[in-house]
Amino acid sequence: MATDAVERKSADQPAQTASPSAEENSQVLFTRPQRELLLRTLILGLICLVSFSIRLFSVLRFESIIHEFDPWFNFRSTRVLVGEGSYKFWNWFDSRSWYPLGRIVGGTVYPGIMYTAAFMYNVLHFVGLKVNIRDVCVLTAPVFSAFTALSAYALTKEASDDAAGIVAAAIMAIVPGYISRSVAGSYDNEGVAITAMIFCFYLWTKSVNTGSLFWSGLTTLSYLYMVACWGGYIFLINLIPIYVLVMLFSGRYSHRLYVAYNTFYVLGTLLSMQIRFVGFNAVTTSEHLGAFGTFGLLNLYCVKNWVQSFTGPRVFKAFVRWLVFLAMSLTGSIVVLAFVTGNGGGMTGRIRTFLDPTYASKHIPIIASVSEHQPTSWGSYFFDLHITVYLMPIGLYFCFKKLTDGNMFLITYGTFAIYFSGVMIRIMLVLAPAASMLSAIGISETLKFAMRSLQADDDDEDLSMRVANPSAEEAKSQQSGPVAFCLCVGACVLLFQYVRHAIWATSEAYSSPSIVLSAKGRDGERIFFDDYRAGYYWLRQNTPDDAKIMSWWDYGYQISGMGNRTVIVDNNTWNNTHIATVGKAMNSPEDVSYKIARKLDVDYVLVVFGGVVGYSSDDINKFLWMVRISASVDKSVNEKDYMTSYGGYTVDDSAGKALTNSLMYKMCYYRFGDMARDPRGAFDRVRQTVVKDASSIKLKYFEEAFTSENWIVRIYRVKKPNARGWV
Amino acid sequence: MSSPSPLHTQTQSSSGSIVHDVFHAYRLNVPASLQVIDAFLCYVLATGIIQLIYAMSVGSFPFNSFLAGFLSCVGVFVLTVSLRMQLSERNLKDPNNRWQGLSKKRAVADWLFCNFILHMAVLNFLG
Repeated sequence: MATDAVERKSADQPAQTASPSAEENSQVLFTRPQRELLLRTLILGLICLVSFSIRLFSVLRFESIIHEFDPWFNFRSTRVLVGEGSYKFWNWFDSRSWYPLGRIVGGTVYPGIMYTAAFMYNVLHFVGLKVNIRDVCVLTAPVFSAFTALSAYALTKEASDDAAGIVAAAIMAIVPGYISRSVAGSYDNEGVAITAMIFCFYLWTKSVNTGSLFWSGLTTLSYLYMVACWGGYIFLINLIPIYVLVMLFSGRYSHRLYVAYNTFYVLGTLLSMQIRFVGFNAVTTSEHLGAFGTFGLLNLYCVKNWVQSFTGPRVFKAFVRWLVFLAMSLTGSIVVLAFVTGNGGGMTGRIRTFLDPTYASKHIPIIASVSEHQPTSWGSYFFDLHITVYLMPIGLYFCFKKLTDGNMFLITYGTFAIYFSGVMIRIMLVLAPAASMLSAIGISETLKFAMRSLQADDDDEDLSMRVANPSAEEAKSQQSGPVAFCLCVGACVLLFQYVRHAIWATSEAYSSPSIVLSAKGRDGERIFFDDYRAGYYWLRQNTPDDAKIMSWWDYGYQISGMGNRTVIVDNNTWNNTHIATVGKAMNSPEDVSYKIARKLDVDYVLVVFGGVVGYSSDDINKFLWMVRISASVDKSVNEKDYMTSYGGYTVDDSAGKALTNSLMYKMCYYRFGDMARDPRGAFDRVRQTVVKDASSIKLKYFEEAFTSENWIVRIYRVKKPNARGWV
Repeated sequence: MSSPSPLHTQTQSSSGSIVHDVFHAYRLNVPASLQVIDAFLCYVLATGIIQLIYAMSVGSFPFNSFLAGFLSCVGVFVLTVSLRMQLSERNLKDPNNRWQGLSKKRAVADWLFCNFILHMAVLNFLG
């Protein structure tokens, strides 16, 4: 009853408001549709502006600088691409990383973001704006966040309606979960890939809604871009088949779905194989198997329907029996074949982690060690999504209330994103758009309902209509006046809170480049610690051009990007054994480490130590991962040796014997006792303990080469043996 | 109009009579213009099957070339089936499909567009 009334009213609504306003505006400049178009363009333009400018905190607070770790690699490759051209980039063998192995960068990279930045750079230079490539890279993510807002508008419009689309764009523009990876300077794959993903979803929904080959073709092209940008395309190539299955089993199959999916799958697979890093994976690995299975199923279903359309029931029944038998024997033989040849089990560790969240922590420490691969805590849902956590179910409710092909997709997307975001904190990024769009539908529908009943209360004309209504409804709508008013006010307050939270989270949590650190001084002024860059520039200025630097893998990209020196391991963790060797060098006694360092031809060792200023993500805190990763390769390493007798991990006098003997410990606390910044002696401000024997640490095979102002970066030279082979 | 024979001759087992019945019904009920498309589809299917048999018996060594050739067949097949769906009067009238007024000219143009994308990728991938 109630839904009936709402729908009928919504049908009446435009006509009612249109007639007076059209009369008014006939004397003014615009007609109603024109005015709407103007308003919509204006609002979307403002939304783009907001989403761009909210991401500029980091540039204003700090400077135009590339952030964090992976962006440094992207930046370095972009410089190669711009400087040496596409062909050289494609065949680029990087001998300055993973020494002595090197890395074939051209074939092991998702090149989308580099080509995007290079394209923008070339266009700007063609127009005559001589911008620096660094500034282009810094601003890539904010620019694309504006495109994401527009794509969110388009997708929500396709799934629901115009109004919800605009709300979605507005929420999407400032959702903290997405800002976290797309502030200015965060020049990472995700910054571009989320745009590509949402745009691909939009085109997909559009192609399902129209059933037109043209839109399907465009979907495959945007899928190609998505694959070129990010390994997360796996989510897309699995989500879309799942959506198709959901449609199939809920009885919403249509030929439009067939057209959209089959074109998408075949062309998309072929196109994705053009990216060298994906290559044959698109047809050989089990991550893509689901899409293939759905392809087969959809075609069988279609054949069944087609035969049904021109045969009688008797023949058809026999035919279906024959078809099912054929299909089952075919899939059965394929599965058996896959198991026998062992081709089917090629799931990568990260994918297994999704299906079994405890997999990584049990088997692959290198995946488990990355902070963005940790399971998500409840707090971070609220921090990253804020009110959309609560509004998402409302949106889901409204979607279920009026199911269409389009909002079925949003429902599927939202549901799966929620599950996966619980496994890895990184996937919050994929959930954020879904949450924004669903909650936009929730807000928009709620407000629409509330406004309608408010208007109905005020409007005298409406009275005549209400008289015609059954009395129950009338009572209901009379009661709903104050409720509707409360709803409107409540929604406004919520949205206001959301904006405040988003701005606060962006400025406080997500705008730090993590290369330049900042802290608040006693008077509230900002203190900057620029130790990282000091250390890397020291390397650049004071070491020979072919010097090899050993550090934990976190700093590999930064050393090669800023220091321009050869590194042993870096953030592209493709060779676990190599990383384990470096880990072993760090966690062994000095003489063992020295042998490893000599074998790896290392000239300098770089460690990061935060004990002086209280910088908590330093190497001592990462140390247990070095132990675990090297233990996964070398069984003689035992994590227990590095712990205290009761199993804790500290650096005070109860610290494990292996820990105090390790190279890492010695390098971090070398000369630490001489520092008299604290009255308590060698007080480590991260661990909050006094390091007892800090002044007695001696190094035999390594000598201190550089220690930055706040001791964050410490570099040691590996002593070379003399002619007799002695150090 | 030549009959699309591969459908008929492919399966000669106990299920042969079913296929025969289906084929008979098909000749009676499907309009001639669509039967032309079906003949083309059978041709594409046969090309694909030949490539598959070749790859299975001789080997799929330049795997990219095999994939390019095979997927071009699968692609053309799928795209043409999609085109056929849009050209069939019965499908257009069926309320379950909820087409939103696609013209036939537009459908053919779209088909060409998708074929263009497909064959650009195939050309790039042939090696």
